[in-house]
Amino acid sequence: MPQINLIPSRSPPPVPPPQDLYAKRKQIYPKLAHGKFRTVKWVAMGVLLGVYYLIPWLRWERGAGVPDQAVLADFAGERFFFFGIEIWPQEAYYLAGLMILAAIGLFLVTSLFGRVWCGYACPQTVWTDLYIWVERAFEGDRAKRIRLDKAPWGLNKAARKIGKHIVWVLIAFVTGGAFILYFHDARLIAQTFFIGEAPLSAYWFAGLLTFTTYALAGTMREQVCTYLCPWPRIQAALTDEDALNVTYRYDRGEPRGPHRKGESWQGRGDCIDCKQCVQVCPVGIDIRDGPQLECIHCALCIDACDGIMKTVGRPTGLIAYDTDTAVAARAVGMKPKYRLVRARTVLYFVLMTAIASLMAFGLLNRGTIEVNVLKDRSPPYVRLSSGLIQNGYTLKLVNKAGETREMEISIADDEGFTLKVVGIETVAGEPILLPVASNGVDRYRLLVTTPEQASDGRQHFQLVLTDVETGEIHTNRTSFMAPGE
Amino acid sequence: MSDHNKDIDQPTGVETTGHEWDGIKELNNPLPRWWLYIWYATIAFSIVYMVIMPAIPALPGLGTNTPGIGGHSDRMNVAAEIDDLRTGRAGTGSMLVDASLEEIETDRSLQQFAMAAGESAFGDNCATCHGAGGRGAKGYPTLADDVWLWSGTLDGIEYTLRHGIRHDPDPETRFSAMPAFGRDRLLTRAEIDDVVSHVMTLSGRGDDDNDAAGRGEDIFAAQCASCHGPNGEGDKTIGAPDLTDQDWLFGGEYDEVYNSVYNARNAHMPAWGERLDDATIKALSVYVHSLGGGE
Repeated sequence: MPQINLIPSRSPPPVPPPQDLYAKRKQIYPKLAHGKFRTVKWVAMGVLLGVYYLIPWLRWERGAGVPDQAVLADFAGERFFFFGIEIWPQEAYYLAGLMILAAIGLFLVTSLFGRVWCGYACPQTVWTDLYIWVERAFEGDRAKRIRLDKAPWGLNKAARKIGKHIVWVLIAFVTGGAFILYFHDARLIAQTFFIGEAPLSAYWFAGLLTFTTYALAGTMREQVCTYLCPWPRIQAALTDEDALNVTYRYDRGEPRGPHRKGESWQGRGDCIDCKQCVQVCPVGIDIRDGPQLECIHCALCIDACDGIMKTVGRPTGLIAYDTDTAVAARAVGMKPKYRLVRARTVLYFVLMTAIASLMAFGLLNRGTIEVNVLKDRSPPYVRLSSGLIQNGYTLKLVNKAGETREMEISIADDEGFTLKVVGIETVAGEPILLPVASNGVDRYRLLVTTPEQASDGRQHFQLVLTDVETGEIHTNRTSFMAPGE
Repeated sequence: MSDHNKDIDQPTGVETTGHEWDGIKELNNPLPRWWLYIWYATIAFSIVYMVIMPAIPALPGLGTNTPGIGGHSDRMNVAAEIDDLRTGRAGTGSMLVDASLEEIETDRSLQQFAMAAGESAFGDNCATCHGAGGRGAKGYPTLADDVWLWSGTLDGIEYTLRHGIRHDPDPETRFSAMPAFGRDRLLTRAEIDDVVSHVMTLSGRGDDDNDAAGRGEDIFAAQCASCHGPNGEGDKTIGAPDLTDQDWLFGGEYDEVYNSVYNARNAHMPAWGERLDDATIKALSVYVHSLGGGE
């Protein structure tokens, strides 16, 4: 053991060499892993990329005058289309609800299985994986890549590097290009984009996302996760000792060391210190150092280690999805207990179910007509020549249905106010009918008059709107101003 | 400074600039390279910008400023944007011009457009006097009620808008003049007292049994009835107010009515046909007509 000197020396401390405050990035050369988690990641990558690139091309018949794209954020038309669901600007709370649902969903999954989002589903992971796959196709696996980078520049090296970057940029462009398909008619934008007739914003966003995809997945990679992304910090704080995280089972692995064939495994751990887990790691850490901030829990080290364990004839799972409590229990010879049902997982589950049902209830029960009555603020009231008091209102009728409707408007009879709609002839005894155009907002101006000369400040009345065809009734309570006593 | 004279700060190992204040030395930490490059780029950009865009003000012989080779100016940009806006609105605007006011009010899409255009034009031009939403003020008619001095029909409102009230430069302006009975000595103060007492009874504000009101009846018949009608019901063709209703433009209290008879009130409104285009006038007519229901 080296001696640790705690007594300060009397001579002045030696001048330290000038130090750069910023550590240079260490190039990481992840080796290709083989195994079940690698397979899961390939499948996840295929499905997620497929979803991203194909969804804008799906059609969804909605009838005349409305876009037929299954998923479309139509900013010009102020609508959001998601298959059979159509969200109006007044219903932006559904989008907020979706965000909350997604957040709690991540909480739940994280408390159960650790950072699976980072490892399998995050776009940064998916595209980086794709970019590394391209890199491997051009430059070979880890050892070859290291050799190539050390080799002097030549035709072979230049061709491989340039080829790689060309394919990267192409993927980046297809990624950025696919993004704009979600905001315009996909077929139309694909046709007009290359002949220079698409809107300027389409070129701007396609260019921006091409650049960010290339920069983030191609050149920055794990630095995005370690330095830029706040989510690993949040998500790491959400996992706990009962969450299934990628874990090195030190109770089984230590003491580690090289092992020769035929030697006894008595008195030593299963880890043969082959460093395969380090070589496949895309963020360049050694999982055997314990849980680390950089770890994106992609499980490639599990695949690498399992392969080695099979060849040396030891059971697999030296690195595995495991919980901290289980590893600690085994270390002291106890049987590990897995607790997936815990207060927090139950809470997240209940919250998710509640919000999802609330949203589903809202979506299923929302009407296709919305009634808003806005009282004139200026003037609050006017005195007519007869001395009666009149108030003005703006009525806004939102018709979300595909067909024109007719609404009958009246004031609940016991209140005695008289109603007039500007621009619509009122015949005594006949109902007042207001047409409302399909897929739009119609405004009407209402004039309401008191029955009596004397009035006292604020009163209220009920406005009743009845859909002539369906008989659907909307009532709206609104106020009536008169001079105070 | 030659290399061997370099003063190296011990704890950090960084060269100092040689500047020292009270024993505190300034370290020579260079600017980051990326920062410098961006700075150089902005300098290069500014030179290009100065050549292309108007930049250097007040050079002798150049008028106001260097024009730049781009032929670019904010004034022109604004003019171009306004032109774009006009062309964009030309379709609906011309539809407003072509349609009659009744057609605009009954055609849903034209009406909605006219209401929106009228509301903003009203805010810009009319609300100064007539108040937001046409609420009116003393001397400025309320447009949200049912009282119209001249005419509350769509065409009548349009005419008033185009030609104004007592707007002398417009030969077709709406014109009427009530004599200043007191100031011009057409009636004595006592006579005015009497006639005001009578006028107050017309709208139920005065005391019928009052002697003065009785005396005033004859004066009213002689002096006022020719315009305001024998019963004070007014005449919209000449803008004579109805004196029997509850609406008083300049106030319905005794002193206010007395003041009106003594000095006469002849308010003005400019002719907007000179200032606003046809489509705006029509939009305003429809908007004003809708405020209180018009006639």
